[in-house]
Amino acid sequence: MIEVENLTKKYGELIAVKNLNFKVEEGKIWGFLGPNGAGKTTTMRILTGYLPATEGKAFVGGFDVFEKPMEVKKITGYLPENLPLYPEMTVYSYLNFVAQIKGVPSKKRKERIEMAIEKSRLEEVRNRLIRNLSRGYKQRVGIAQALIHDPKVLILDEPTMGLDPAQIVEIRQLIKSLKGEHTIILSTHILAEVTQVCDGVVIINEGKLMASGSLEELASSFADKEGVSIKLKKTGEEVINGIREINGVENVVQKNGDIEIEWKKGIDLRDEIVKKILEKNWGLLEMKPLTLSLEELYLKVISGR
Amino acid sequence: MRNIWAIYVKELKSYFTSPMAYAVIAIFTLISGFFFYSLIWWFNSQSLYYSSNPYWASQLNINQMVYSPLFGNMSIVLLLMLPVLTMRLFAEEKKMGTEELLYTSPLTVNQIILGKYFAALTVVLVMLGVTGIYSIFTFVYGNPELNPILTGYLGLFLLGAAFVSIGIFFSSLTENQIVAAVLSFGALLLLWIINWLSSASGPTWREILEYLSFFRHFDELTRGVLDTTDIFYYISFSFFGLFLTYSVIQSRKWR
Repeated sequence: MIEVENLTKKYGELIAVKNLNFKVEEGKIWGFLGPNGAGKTTTMRILTGYLPATEGKAFVGGFDVFEKPMEVKKITGYLPENLPLYPEMTVYSYLNFVAQIKGVPSKKRKERIEMAIEKSRLEEVRNRLIRNLSRGYKQRVGIAQALIHDPKVLILDEPTMGLDPAQIVEIRQLIKSLKGEHTIILSTHILAEVTQVCDGVVIINEGKLMASGSLEELASSFADKEGVSIKLKKTGEEVINGIREINGVENVVQKNGDIEIEWKKGIDLRDEIVKKILEKNWGLLEMKPLTLSLEELYLKVISGR
Repeated sequence: MRNIWAIYVKELKSYFTSPMAYAVIAIFTLISGFFFYSLIWWFNSQSLYYSSNPYWASQLNINQMVYSPLFGNMSIVLLLMLPVLTMRLFAEEKKMGTEELLYTSPLTVNQIILGKYFAALTVVLVMLGVTGIYSIFTFVYGNPELNPILTGYLGLFLLGAAFVSIGIFFSSLTENQIVAAVLSFGALLLLWIINWLSSASGPTWREILEYLSFFRHFDELTRGVLDTTDIFYYISFSFFGLFLTYSVIQSRKWR
């Protein structure tokens, strides 16, 4: 649905985005991750036709962003980082205006506005001036605005920025509920957001693509060790040393009552470990695979492995 | 067309939901009312004096003695007020980040510019329309000629249209409304007085400077002379201002 090929954007001498390549399939939510100033907003602005690229190509819904900008704009909803709201308008009249300029036919306009109000839960404030809304409601008006013409593609730049924890959860649920009908790219620097909401992730730093793919793909490609975390009735030095003796175990760490065991990628020591535990009667309570958390993955990727 | 309409309605609403349009219209009508009143008062006192002599009395002309100077004064007030009316048109969108919404919507740059332009022109029409009430009184109590009044108003409107196009251009250059207003005010004033230089320059330049000046063309119209070159001048000026605006906004594409 969204395809970016060798995208480069220079502001004079400054290179904001360099040779970016990625692809997002239809109906997926893709996270755009990177530290501040990594080029997330620039890339989104290029995809929405707000900024031209210096080099490279971008396609949204099969249309070339630079050759068919009107077609792309018709099927794209965009929530910029700075909410594009007119404070002197009411929520309803604002959405009506956006519906008009996004080309919603006048017969369908009412229905679409109601839909956007319902989905973004703006019912209580529909006739209030935007000026008087709280930050959380303003953010929702921003999202409603992006949804109003039922776009195939949604591009959300930091949709949860500046919200309190309860509002963040709400907005995330809203975004999740949009999955399937819409292909979504959202940028964030909150890692938890990506694990909770996204199917895949594009990590960029200093304008360069560091990694992209589904979360599982990335986790397994960046991990060089595998392991399990276990919980036993018995604890103490004896247990740790006992596990260390197993052939192939590289590292054993005790972490808040859990014991994390790592071994080289490619072999599987789970059977051996369980055998030993049963043999010694240590009392196995829990066992789960160790995965690279997104946090670790992110730091690994950003620091260049 | 539908897109221009959407922008037009939005801008017009924004003018009339803020104190902006009311303030501009109120001050404009107040000051032109003041001019009208003082000119009429002067005309009245002159009439009393002239009526002692039948030849002098036949020379009395309300169009020349009241309307011609009134239109001249109103044009100066327009010059002072219109930069305030146009300063927000693009500068505010830029400052508030709403231009990102406009430029990522399926609208052409022309549609955005024209919508805003027509909205400002509508306010100008309202401003001038309110002052039209004054002339009703002169028709009730006197017998002025209609044509010079109509061409005078046409001149004011065309002048306003040109002012607005210049104002929009400067508004598109900056995100600071005050800067936009100061720049357009300066430019308009310069175009107003540019013919002062004409007597100091050679024959070719004299003609060019005379042609460029707002003043010359407007003067003709207030005297009731409807010349296509004057109308063409104002319309081409408006086109020029809008074209410059278009170029500024399009330049995002190669910046």
